[in-house]
Amino acid sequence: MAVKKKRKGPVVANEIITLTNVSKAYSTGAPALKDVNLHISRGEFVFIVGDSGSGKSTLIKLLLRELTVTSGYISVMGYDLSKIKHRKIPKFRRNLGIVFQDFRLLKDRNVYENVAFAQRIIQKSNKEIKKNVPSILAIVGLAGKYKAKPRQLSGGEQQRVALARALVNQPTILLADEPTGNLDPKNSWEIMKLLEQINENGTTVIVVTHNREIVNAMQKRVVTLRRGVIISDEEKGGYIDED
Amino acid sequence: MRINTFFYTLKQGFRNIFRNKLFSLASIATIAACLFLFGIFYAIVANFQHIVKNAEEGVSVWVFFDEGIEDIRIQQIGDMIAKRPEVAKMDFISAEEAWEGFRDEYLGEYGDGFTENPLENSANYQVYLNDVSMQSALVTYLESIDGVRMVNRSELVATTLTGVNALIAYVSVGIIAILLAVSIFLISNTVAIGISVRKEEINIMKYIGATDFFVRSPFVVEGIMIGLIGASLPLGFIYAIYNVVLTYVTDRFPQLSSLLSFVGVEEVFNVLVPVSLGLGVGIGFLGSIVTVRRHLRV
Ligand SMILES: Nc1ncnc2c1ncn2[C@@H]1O[C@H](COP(=O)(O)OP(=O)(O)O)[C@@H](O)[C@H]1O
Ligand SMILES: [Mg+2]
Repeated sequence: MAVKKKRKGPVVANEIITLTNVSKAYSTGAPALKDVNLHISRGEFVFIVGDSGSGKSTLIKLLLRELTVTSGYISVMGYDLSKIKHRKIPKFRRNLGIVFQDFRLLKDRNVYENVAFAQRIIQKSNKEIKKNVPSILAIVGLAGKYKAKPRQLSGGEQQRVALARALVNQPTILLADEPTGNLDPKNSWEIMKLLEQINENGTTVIVVTHNREIVNAMQKRVVTLRRGVIISDEEKGGYIDED
Repeated sequence: MRINTFFYTLKQGFRNIFRNKLFSLASIATIAACLFLFGIFYAIVANFQHIVKNAEEGVSVWVFFDEGIEDIRIQQIGDMIAKRPEVAKMDFISAEEAWEGFRDEYLGEYGDGFTENPLENSANYQVYLNDVSMQSALVTYLESIDGVRMVNRSELVATTLTGVNALIAYVSVGIIAILLAVSIFLISNTVAIGISVRKEEINIMKYIGATDFFVRSPFVVEGIMIGLIGASLPLGFIYAIYNVVLTYVTDRFPQLSSLLSFVGVEEVFNVLVPVSLGLGVGIGFLGSIVTVRRHLRV
């Protein structure tokens, strides 16, 4: 093995996310992330778990460049996120699909428009939109509900709309921050199965979750955070309990 | 920008107006109220200035000549006066005309008994000024001319009109300052409401990878539309009531009707329409830009 040296940037060609000695401190309180090193390859499925306040959301926000690191190096799809210019951020984000616990749908627009919205932003033609939106709605199981407004849908259905919106632009990476946090077990499983299916089609998927049962059952890579530090990173890992 | 995106942006801008009816109404009402006050104020000032201008045009200075002056010298003096910048217009009144005017006005048929002109030395220039505030300067100059015996003027009218002009200027500045302060206050409030209504939508757009331009465009369209509507309402209203108010004022104060000459509604609107629409669009544009800009740093 070659001499180990502090690396900066991807080690392997298909490494898609690289964090090297990343720390993030908010203006108040203890640092939310401390000296985090994380490497994720193209096509991986990764669970991020940990107690509330352990820094999971902060990590996701760094990955989508909503926040910048306090120190360290972070690169996503070859973009150095501490150096990226404000006007380049939209182009960067178009390769990401993002799903939140609280769905974040536009309440005054129907299902179809909520999904089409993502396509309009990347300036797809109406013709393409009319083709892509129904097909992605069919994949998430909402083909019959494209005219409904978000408030007419159950939580599970709203999260499918959000997922369809995240997927319609065919992202390279899907980031999901507690996507099943507001859902019952049945809907949670269905969403997770969808995420797995998306991953099988080649998208890198990173899911923050508290759902022990699902994490243990799915046998994916599990990264565990505690007070801003990665305490465990296992292939086919399980949910680590608090001491 | 793709033509597709352009129409989408326009459509979203229009939809935004109806989507947040309360916010739109508040913004339209704010702009309309400010521009209504502005319009009323402008109409009043325009009429005031018109009245004062009319009065000024009636103010003249009379220049009388030395006894036995030659006609050629009168001609020369006339040329000198005409060169002065403050002179708007001048008429030569011969002694005969002066006498006829006096006789017709004051003596009537009794004047027929005169065989000679009693106002032999009363030939004069009647000089009208551009600006009454220059009257005393002109008089000093006129009195210094060789061959001028006497200059008559109405000091009181001139100083009064000069005072009125200054008053209009001060009042205009004062009222414009108050209107500006009020509109800035009202608009910053409506913008603050707009920010809270739009925050989530802007955030979502940014997460999906919308450019600042794409995020901003529908809001700008919306702002401009609100500005246009907000400007059109008071214009329509002022147009409707303008003549009614003028008729009322002339009926109410008939004794002033000789003094009061009003500006036509078309003349007022020649200025008011472009200025109001410009202000409305400007306020709407700036308001929406400011609203959105704070949230583009996501
Ligand atoms: N905007 C913020 N300002 C200050 N502190 C924050 C902010 N967001 C999160 N934190 C703090 O950072 C730590 C990690 O938060 P977070 O990443 O949201 O944790 P998790 O998502 O794992 O629950 C917590 O202690 C939290 O209080
Ligand atoms: Mg969180």
